[in-house]
This record gives sequence, structure tokens and C-alpha cells, in this order.
Amino acid sequence: MEHIVIIGNGIAGITAARHIRKISDKKITIISAEADHFFSRTALMYVYMGHMRWRDIEPYESWFWGKNSLELKKGYVEKVDTDTQTLYFKEGGNIGYDKLIIATGSTTSFYDWEGQDLKGVQGLVSKQDLENLEKYAPNNKECPRAVIIGGGLIGVEMAEMLHTRNIEVTMLVRESAFWAGTLPKPDAEMISRHIISHGVDLRHNSELDKILADEKGHVRSIVTKTGEEIPCGVVGITTGVKPQISFLKNSKIETDKGILVNRLLETNIKNVYAIGDCAQQREAIGNRPPVEAVWYTGRMMGEALAQTICGKPFEYNPGNWFNSAKFFDIEYQTYGWVFSDSRKKEYEAQFHWKCKSDLRCITISYKKENGKFLGINTFGIRMKHEVFDRWLNEKRSVDYVIQNLKQANFDPEFFKNYEKEIQAAYANQPVTV
Amino acid sequence: MSTVQRNMSLTGEPPKTINTQQKIASAIGLIGLAVLFLAFFNLNFPNKPLWLTLSLVMIGTGIIWFSTAAYLNKHEGIKNDGVYFKSLSSRGFWAWILGIIVTLFYVVLYWFPQYLGLVQDGENKGIVSLFDPLSKLLNGGPASQWFVYGTLYTLAILAFGIKFILKYRHNKYEKLRTFSVMFFQLGFAFLIPELMSRLNSDSFKLPYYDLKNIWPLNYYNFEQYRVDEFISAGDIGLGLLIFGIVSIFIITPILTYKYGKRWYCSWVCGCGGLAETAGDPFRHLSDKRQVAWKVERWVIHSVLVFVVLMTTAVIHSYLGDDSSKYWLTKDVFLISVAVLLTLVFLGVWIFKREELQKDARIGSIAYFVIIIALIALHYTTGKTLFLIEAETLRQSYGFMIGAVFSGVIGVGFYPIFGSRVWCRFGCPMAAILGFQQRLFSRFRITTNGGQCISCGNCSTYCEMGIDVRAYAQKGENIVRSSCVGCGICSAVCPRGVLKLENGSLEKRINSNEILLGNDLDLMSYVNK
Repeated sequence: MEHIVIIGNGIAGITAARHIRKISDKKITIISAEADHFFSRTALMYVYMGHMRWRDIEPYESWFWGKNSLELKKGYVEKVDTDTQTLYFKEGGNIGYDKLIIATGSTTSFYDWEGQDLKGVQGLVSKQDLENLEKYAPNNKECPRAVIIGGGLIGVEMAEMLHTRNIEVTMLVRESAFWAGTLPKPDAEMISRHIISHGVDLRHNSELDKILADEKGHVRSIVTKTGEEIPCGVVGITTGVKPQISFLKNSKIETDKGILVNRLLETNIKNVYAIGDCAQQREAIGNRPPVEAVWYTGRMMGEALAQTICGKPFEYNPGNWFNSAKFFDIEYQTYGWVFSDSRKKEYEAQFHWKCKSDLRCITISYKKENGKFLGINTFGIRMKHEVFDRWLNEKRSVDYVIQNLKQANFDPEFFKNYEKEIQAAYANQPVTV
Repeated sequence: MSTVQRNMSLTGEPPKTINTQQKIASAIGLIGLAVLFLAFFNLNFPNKPLWLTLSLVMIGTGIIWFSTAAYLNKHEGIKNDGVYFKSLSSRGFWAWILGIIVTLFYVVLYWFPQYLGLVQDGENKGIVSLFDPLSKLLNGGPASQWFVYGTLYTLAILAFGIKFILKYRHNKYEKLRTFSVMFFQLGFAFLIPELMSRLNSDSFKLPYYDLKNIWPLNYYNFEQYRVDEFISAGDIGLGLLIFGIVSIFIITPILTYKYGKRWYCSWVCGCGGLAETAGDPFRHLSDKRQVAWKVERWVIHSVLVFVVLMTTAVIHSYLGDDSSKYWLTKDVFLISVAVLLTLVFLGVWIFKREELQKDARIGSIAYFVIIIALIALHYTTGKTLFLIEAETLRQSYGFMIGAVFSGVIGVGFYPIFGSRVWCRFGCPMAAILGFQQRLFSRFRITTNGGQCISCGNCSTYCEMGIDVRAYAQKGENIVRSSCVGCGICSAVCPRGVLKLENGSLEKRINSNEILLGNDLDLMSYVNK
């Protein structure tokens, strides 16, 4: 019986395992050094905030693995020998494979700051990060203030987490508004105002210079590029993540930022595949970056690879881009491509609408010359994925999307509708050529 | 594993204390409660109307002030911070204390009302006597233990209802739903029946009737004394009796078809009302394991069978044999019951067979065969219907289900098992509505394409213990008999994945895995 070994029990690896099991009876072993069972990485924050217990963020009960004969092994793979098809564990021992799936995900990116190895300097990516945060920022006596470097999705999550324990949070953001490298300015500015309204000391145009230690090797303060020193107990590094592939250094598997794969998710070595955050497409797919650290792309790659491994070669073929997040109380969804000011395409025009409450807004991107709908950012209004996916495939015009916006609404029953307001704003906007 | 994680969280000692205003508000509420305790221990208050008013107002004020201090100084949004750190909401010390106190209260209420000060012939004492003035004001007579209970129950739904509305003030569905349960509790369950009993005289008597309390939740509605009273009360009584029958056989199926069982369970019902308001802090404690769901299906449907047998036996016992006196004789009734059950059974098996799980098939056949066999046995051998005396059945149902299950376990154990234990495992009304909701209803919870991140907030905060995430992460709609449509899964979802909807029956249950955005050909393989 063919032995499939999967390194990593995150969404990509587990989805691959589940789907291989669905269509075959191959022997499947899943290796992880991080956690006993698959958990939802995106839900780490809720454990710290006391919304859920650890077991609540595990999507499958513990009997699930045995029942589906998915063998779980706890261990850290430190060497991959593709000639003998063997993995060697840091703890000692080894395991052979017929096919290897690498799904090791991401790890926090550090940019060689002075003091980045101090205790209390961390990202929020792994279970161990959560445990460290609990250790170094248990409450506002142990940690009266924390500084978060970078303003992405993990940054705002960390700010919200620390905020629930009444820890003062300072956020250093390089751009002039929150996540302005990704969000158009009006969207980014509204989110900035919302974050500040929660009592976060959000500093725009601000960067980290170095991190200073106390006598115990613990972070004492940070210094910004303008020379200001901010005392803090924890430094959250949320300037991005990178593929977790350091264990492949001495292997024959070809890597760049991530593990290089083709559309079939095959690496340069036969019988070795990579999926999820750690994989890098040799050629980018559409506007998508070659390395995608997104929950659902991990899932899709897992599904596609399961088919390939079971004898039906399938290319990874993600459709229209979409994503979602939540910034404190404001939900965000995006469908299609809406670029930030710095990355905006020369053919792209944008329509903005913002609600008086300053808690809702939308930005719609379309082609200047023919009005073709390109994408939407929606904040504080839930929209239907299926409808936007269809409109994108049907290449609808921005006029059509605005006129039919109600069809896409996914807010709960009895919620106030804003389509009329949006349509009026669209009709009244100054004509730009 | 889980204990390790729990400790990890607890070593952190996150802030779980309450602010100064909340402390003052708690003190006011507790003083109001203390007045009731003193009355319970037979302290005879001199000016009862004053002390009773003071006590109830203080309890209400305490709860409402506590809530404003908790929520109004914060942004509108989800308020679950620290739920699993607080002793009261995470099965800690205070949860057990509260559970024990409420359980003891129910034990006294059901079986030892004399300790509450109830005196059958003569002046009430203790806490019941404290409520005499209010009772006289409303219904003209002295209070009973049930009047005390009804008043406190209504107060709890109103005050904690305001708390819930403040907590979910960003969510109009939750606000409307809560106004609705508050209205039905105050009007239909409390004021109307109390005022109706004012109409009673020596020559005219209506049974105490909460119009929204429908058989089989109101399992005693068709007992002999009530039916006698209905009939002897002329047109009004007959109207009420007919309303009771129409409620379950016509109104309920129509509304459930259109809106799902939520129209009743989380918009109207008093048990649901208490669970959604006073029980809200405990909603996450429901058991989400698959084994709990299996137990649930057997237990709740067994209670339903029990109540059908019991009611059939009771009605059968007081009907006559002579069809010339009245058309509805023992035989007509029993045959009608058998025909109705057979029709439902055959209908489901002919039209909805594919939707029945294995255990539902086994269960439905077994129960159907047993009931029909018992009726046949009664006719062929002349043995007592269902082999047990109707009165014995009635009493054991009232004791085991009506009192122990719905009251003592259902409410007393809120802080341990969550707020909907009775609704989920015991309520026969919920079983009927759920059966309709699963098979004949437009209601479903729709999932939003591929946006789910499997975080688990929906499952955690489902008071009915439904593993919502299991469906959402596969892109499947949630169509479950037990769903009461409280809407909290949709509210707590951080990615806008869930929506409660009434829509067309087509594609209501989409058992296919949908991951929008991926290759369509692949999805057809995945779904094979």
C-alpha cells in the first residue's frame, strides 16, 4: 500500500489528507511538531480573548483521525532525503514515504532588527506564539504596554487581543493609513479611525529601528526610526509571513522564497509535492502573488493535490480572488481585485461610498475605458460570494453591479439596506474621464 | 489536552473583574433578592406592597444598570471577551453555586411549596404572602407559588431581555426577536391569563390558559378537568379549546413551513425566552460532540412518543363509548390517532425517505410499530390501552418530564449544561417543530461560498449544540431539526459566512462541497 506522508497538519495538509482518504485507502501519515490535532490558525486570537477554549478551535473531534485511519505523528522533520525517500526527525528516528506532501505553512518574517531575538518579541502564527503571548502578556500588570510593528491582518488581531486584557497598544505602521499597501486610501483611513477609536495608539508613517533589552534578556522598549523610545513588555512582529522551509536547506528540493511548484503542485523532485503557504508557484497565476498565505488557497491546493495523488492529475486553478477579515468590529470582504493607491493599475478607476456612521464603506474597481467591473471591497456590509463570483465571470459592468447590488446583500434579516444610498452616490459622482 | 490548554489560559489571569458601576448595580440587585430571601425565611414585612415593589424594582434596576455599565461604554459589536475566563460562565465555582441554588428553588417550588409559604386554606405566609398584593391587583385572589414563579420568570425575561438587547444592539434581528419574547411573556404568559381569571365566578370558570403555550409543551391542555372547564364555559371556552387544537394542527405547521421553528422557539416560547435572555451567558456550554447529537435525537423523540401516548391514553380514558351521546367516542378517537400517525409515517417514508438517517429510520419504524401494536393489543385482548393506566402515565409524565426535565434540569443546570438543555433534549413541541423544519420548511442557514475559516465561533455559541462549523466549512447550508433560529451563529461569525433565510425548497439542502473559486471540474470530482 502506497504510503503518503504529509508534513504539516494545517488546513492545506489536512484537506489533502481528508480528500485522499475520501477516494483511496492509501496509508496516510500526518506529521506535526506544533500541535496534536489540526486547529484553525485564524482562530488563535479567540483563545487568548477567552471567546473559545483550545478544543473549540479544533474543527474535528479527536476520534476523527482514528476513524478515518489518518495516522498522526508528533515530531520535527529536520532532514529530507529524497534519494532514499526518508524523513529524519530532530527527536531521532526516521520515516520512509512513497509520496511526500510538504505543507509546513508560514512563519513570521523578521527583518534583521537589533534585538529581534529577545524574549517577548514574537509574531502570531503558531500555537507556540499563542503560548508565548500568554506567558509574556498575561495581563496589564506583567505587560502594561505592547508595541505592534506593522499593520496587516495579524497586526490588528494582536491589537484586539491585547486590548481585551487592558494592555495599552502602540502600533507602528509604515504607511499613512492602516494597511494602505493593500487597501485604497479611503478604506484604509476609515479602518485607521476605527482602530484609534478603540483606544489603540496607532502611529502612521512610523517604523521600528531597534528593540532594547532589560538585564534578563527580555524586551524593555523599542526605538522608532525617529529616535523615540517606547517602553513595552511585548513586541508583536506583524510585518508579514514567509514560507517555513528552513528544514529543506540541505535537501535537493528546489526553493526560492517558498518551495517551487508547478500548477500540479509538483516540486522538482519526483513524488514530492508542496501545498499551502509554503509553496511558491513558478509562474504567478493572474494577479495572485506566487506565494499565497491565505486560508482558502491552502484548502484548494489540498483538494487539487488529492486528485493528482490519486491518479487524476489536476492543476491548481484558483478562480476569482476573494478574501475576508475583521478589524475590531468592522467586517471586511473583498471579491475580485481592488488595488491600493500604490499598486493601482493604470486602467483601474474606483468608486467609493462611505456611510455616515463611519463604520461601513465600499470601494468598487472598474476599467476606466469600458466600465468593466473588476472587484469590490466591502466594509460593514456582508455580500454574497457566489453572486460576485458569477458577476466577475460574466464580466458585468460597474453599472450593472451597482444597479443589482441588493442581490448580493448577505446581511442578516431586518438589517438596514444601503443600496439606495450607494446608488444615489454613484449616480451623483462627478464625471471623471 | 484540554485541561492543559485551560490552565494555559488561566495562568494568564486576564481581567475578569467588573467595573465600579457594575459592582453597585450587582449590590442593588442582590439587596432586592435578599428581600425575597428574608420573606422566604418568614420575615413578615409590614408594608407588603411597598417591600414587594422595592424588591422587584431593585432586582430589575440592578440587572439593567449592570448591563448598561457592561455594554454602553463599549463599541457596538460582539461581546464575548473573557467568557471562558469568568467563573460564572465557564463552569467554575460560581456557576456551581448558582446552579445549586436555582435547582433547589425548583425542587421547593414543585414539591414543597409550603416552604415558600403557601397555605391552602388560610392566609399565605413567607414569600408567597409577599406576592399577595400583586396577585390581588391582577387576578383578585391571593398568590400561589406559581404566581410567585410567574412573576419572577417574567421579571427575568424582561430585565435580562434588556441586557441582551444592549449586548446585541448592533443586530436588529436579535433586538426584534428579544422584544418579541418579552412581549409574549409579559402579555400572553403573565398578564392575560391573570386578568382572564378575574372573569371567573362560581358559575363561570376558564382554565388558566397561556395562549401561546401549545400542546405538547402544554401537555396538560387536553386533560379532563380542563376540557370540562372549557366546555362548560360556553362559546369562549369552546373557542379556546378549538384554538388549542388548531394551534398544533394548523397554525404551527403553516408558520413552521414559512419561517422554520424559530417563529416559536426563539420569538414566542417562554422556555426559549428565558434561555435567550437569562440563559444567554451560558449558551456556549452546550455539548457540541457528535455523541451528544446522537443522544439528543433518541431522547427528544422518545419524549415526544411518551407525550403522544400519555395524551392519547388520558383523552381515551374520559371519552364515552356511546356514539349516540357524542360523536367522539373512545373508538373514534383511538382510530383517528392511529390513522393520523400512520399517515404521517407513510408520508415521510414515501416522500422524504432519502433524508432520513439510519437511526431515524430505525427509530421511526420501531416507535410506529410499538404504538400501532399497543393499540391493536388493546382491541384484540382488551388489555388496558398502552398496558399502563392513563393516570399513571399522566403522573409520571408530569413528574419526570414536566417537572424534573423542563424545570430542575432545564433551568437549574443552565450554568453547567447551557441554556437550552430542555429545548434540545426534552421538549416534545421542539421535536414536532423540528421534524417539520427538517422536512417541510423554507428555513435554512445559508453559507457564503468559500469564506469560512473554520474558526469555530458559530459552533461554540450555538446554544443547541449544533456543530455549525462542520457545515459552513464545507459550504453546506445548515438544515437541522434542532436549530431554533436564534441567529447568534450568524452574529458571531467574523467573516460574514452565515445567514438565516426563508427561501425556496429547491437546493435548500446542498450536500455538495462547494468551494467557490476553485476549478469547477475539480469540484465535480470532489463531490463524487
